[in-house]
Amino acid sequence: MSVDPRLRELRRVAIVPALNEEHSIGGVIDELRAFDPGLDVVVVDDGSLDGTSRAAAERGARVLRLPFNLGIGGAVQTGFRFAFENDYDIAVRVDGDGQHDPSQLDRVLAPVLSGEADIAVGSRFAEIGASGYHSSRTRRIGIRLLAWVVSRIVGQRVTDTTSGFQALNREGIALFARDYPHDYPEVEATVMVFRHRLRLTEVPVEMRERGGGRSSITALRSIYYMVKVLLAIFVGLFRRNVVPQEGSE
Amino acid sequence: MTPIAVSVAGAVASFVLVLVVLELIRSHRLRERYALLWLVTGIVLTVLSAWRDGLNTIAGWLGVRSYPPAVLFAVGLLFILAVLLHYSTVISRLSDQNVLLAQRIALLEEQSVRKPG
Repeated sequence: MSVDPRLRELRRVAIVPALNEEHSIGGVIDELRAFDPGLDVVVVDDGSLDGTSRAAAERGARVLRLPFNLGIGGAVQTGFRFAFENDYDIAVRVDGDGQHDPSQLDRVLAPVLSGEADIAVGSRFAEIGASGYHSSRTRRIGIRLLAWVVSRIVGQRVTDTTSGFQALNREGIALFARDYPHDYPEVEATVMVFRHRLRLTEVPVEMRERGGGRSSITALRSIYYMVKVLLAIFVGLFRRNVVPQEGSE
Repeated sequence: MTPIAVSVAGAVASFVLVLVVLELIRSHRLRERYALLWLVTGIVLTVLSAWRDGLNTIAGWLGVRSYPPAVLFAVGLLFILAVLLHYSTVISRLSDQNVLLAQRIALLEEQSVRKPG
């Protein structure tokens, strides 16, 4: 795997949120290194009860260990803050459960490196006939519905609003470091990106079955999240001041 | 039968509650997670106030014959209890997290005193 030469001159970091992934986190870190040895890896341990932090530190990743579970939004934003404060030019986000394949990062990075997008998202559904993804029925319907609503709102076809497989440039990092939604963040984040007039592009990727651990989202919770996320999106549309004041929470 | 004035006042007040909650979310003063229960409260009370036949029917089921708006009070009270109980769980979680944070800071402080720089 050869790294895009444009990438070599940039300071780049992989943000890996992980919750109880001691069995898969090491493999993810190794694969990230195999893709690009110059990529700094930051694991955000979202209050794991197992040896996730230790496993990550043993493989040489930097570990941000949260004192308790913040939920995926808070965990990922910790990574974006780290990237912002340490002046990284490029960040990629790869989940710690192994469902994102780091060898496909070159595809996700391409639109950001060429300057055509501020944020690129790896989508499971961007290609017609993409069928490699298996998931519960409730969840699939949810993903479809959210994609439809979000596409309508942002005026651009978005197929996978729940994908955490992403690459961002400095603008994207700065936005998410400042403001990132809470428990089911990617959907709201997508809308937010457009409202801040950043450019978002989807790239087709294939995702793997989870390497270990369990999805944090069950069927009943999906419905709760769906209602919550739709509420957040619709209320968000009436915001003039799209960025909350620092310390306003 | 419910007096018209009660229905109008109830519906207006509950609808205002919904609007206030939405405005609080919009201005980032209330998170969606804590707003949902309030919204459900407001919507249920609005519907029960405005839908007079429904209120009478429910009152009939509950054996309230003389004054159907009593059901409005009961439902409102039930939801307020639910919100309060929810807040108690939220406060409990926050205080647990606060303890953890204080402990983590104490540990970090000790570490940074031991090896300065």
